[in-house]
Amino acid sequence: MADPDILIRARGLTKVFGDFTAVDGIDFQLSRGEVFGFLGPNGAGKSSTMRMIGCVSPRSGGELTILGLDPSKDGPAIRARLGVVPQEDTLDVELTVQENLLVYGRYFGLRRDVIRERSTKLLDFVQLTERADDEVEPLSGGMKRRLTIARSLISEPEILLLDEPTTGLDPQARHVVWDRLYRLKQQGVTLVLTTHYMDEAEQLCDRLVVMDRGKIAAEGSPRQLIETYSTPEVLELRFALDEQEQAAEKLADVTAERTEVLADRILLYTGDGEAMLDAVRARGLEPATSLVRRSTLEDVFLRLTGRRLED
Amino acid sequence: MALPVAGQSLRSQSYAVRQFRFWLTNYRRTWRGTIYSGVLNPVLYLGAMGLGLGTLVDKHGTSSLGGVSYLAFLAPGLLAASAMQTAMGESTYPVYGSVKWLKTYQAAIASPLRPTDLFHGHLLWTTARLVMNSVVFLAVMAAFGAIQSAWAIACLPAAVLTGMAFATPIEAYAMTCTKDTSFAMLFRFGIIPLFLFSGTFFPISQLPAYVRPLAYITPLWHGVALCRTLSLGTAQLGGSAVHVGYLVLVTALGIVAGNRTYVRRLYA
Repeated sequence: MADPDILIRARGLTKVFGDFTAVDGIDFQLSRGEVFGFLGPNGAGKSSTMRMIGCVSPRSGGELTILGLDPSKDGPAIRARLGVVPQEDTLDVELTVQENLLVYGRYFGLRRDVIRERSTKLLDFVQLTERADDEVEPLSGGMKRRLTIARSLISEPEILLLDEPTTGLDPQARHVVWDRLYRLKQQGVTLVLTTHYMDEAEQLCDRLVVMDRGKIAAEGSPRQLIETYSTPEVLELRFALDEQEQAAEKLADVTAERTEVLADRILLYTGDGEAMLDAVRARGLEPATSLVRRSTLEDVFLRLTGRRLED
Repeated sequence: MALPVAGQSLRSQSYAVRQFRFWLTNYRRTWRGTIYSGVLNPVLYLGAMGLGLGTLVDKHGTSSLGGVSYLAFLAPGLLAASAMQTAMGESTYPVYGSVKWLKTYQAAIASPLRPTDLFHGHLLWTTARLVMNSVVFLAVMAAFGAIQSAWAIACLPAAVLTGMAFATPIEAYAMTCTKDTSFAMLFRFGIIPLFLFSGTFFPISQLPAYVRPLAYITPLWHGVALCRTLSLGTAQLGGSAVHVGYLVLVTALGIVAGNRTYVRRLYA
């Protein structure tokens, strides 16, 4: 590979299960040091893509080069340089926290003293030092996730793959995980993550692709995507249920750049939300609640696919 | 982060051995219970069947057993049957649980290890368990005075091989299972009939002629015959070679099958 800073390169990458195409000819590349995200709803093909990158799922078509190597030939050599945080917890709940790290370090051929030294640092990093000798079973979901992250780092990987790292966690536990991932990012670790949480993507990703039905719908930094596919502000209006339809009709001719009528609210895309709200009121409409907010990746996704992310 | 080269073990350690070491770590939690059952099992069986029932059998004469005491006849058969049971235990729930319940196999294949490394690592572990249990069993046999020949020492590899002839195909099968009830069926309709009718408790010459060929194709009958002739000192080179050859063949077929089922299950 010409450029040593391109860590992953995919061209026309495809994954087919029977007659279902999970990943439909996608192109992307990952550079050293960046945090790259796959954003999309469940079933968009994110996990299938991650499994192909993780060299545990042979590709059905296209090209994939990871660290300059071919996953279909050099799986073990590539995996030796990857860290993986899978979507489902795969910890050995019958072993202790420390033993999980020991067993996993052994898989990478690390010496016992090296594992012990790294475990101490990693458990401190994920705030589990006090639980080192406890069994994994009784740990909370957030603790298990953090332990999984520590486990994935035991081999000091060049790329860390995280498949839906905070799915299923309560908000507080999620913020702790985000904080740890943000620190890794600042340490210069290359991260690839999938998520269907737009706030996760916005906070962590330098660059991301929006995936839908196995295809890439758009690519860019969160800011670029929002600038390209949405307006600076969004006015969200809620009306009483029986009034929403009427209100939508009356709003048809307001000068919003775009209007989305959802089941429970109406979104008006505009450069100036407050001015738009004045215009709405000038038509004699009084929404039950109104909210002016900045555009998010959720709006980008809605624009690109006509659907919402977290349904 | 830095390249992991500096911390990597310089000893070249095969991937399968890395997985074997996992099972060893895992065993540290359960070894006490297995030692207990490893000793108790042969003591109870040899006591109740060999001595208790054996007294009755011996009174009626044992010419159909080759003129040896029932205990001496039974013990090596039980050794082989017990290897089969150990193999069954190791090749079903621990393997199935690793892919279905704990998902530690899915974690392991994200490391450099391949599905076949997990398979071979677990086979190494099963071999180790078979050696442990068979050594204990032989020691109990010796304590009961059930060994008649120095050739009995060769019962150890014979019993281990018998176990492996079950371990490899059962483990290959376990990787295809989606419900653990499959194992209860296998136990009920496979292992128990084999245990009872493969010559462990009585010579298969006592079986009706038309079911005898069934016994000849089961690995257990070959294992029982091999262990028994070694323990009694009546082993013939030709017969033993056939038994060993058959057990090796079944073991090898199981490995070929398992290499496929492991990859199919874990690399979707």
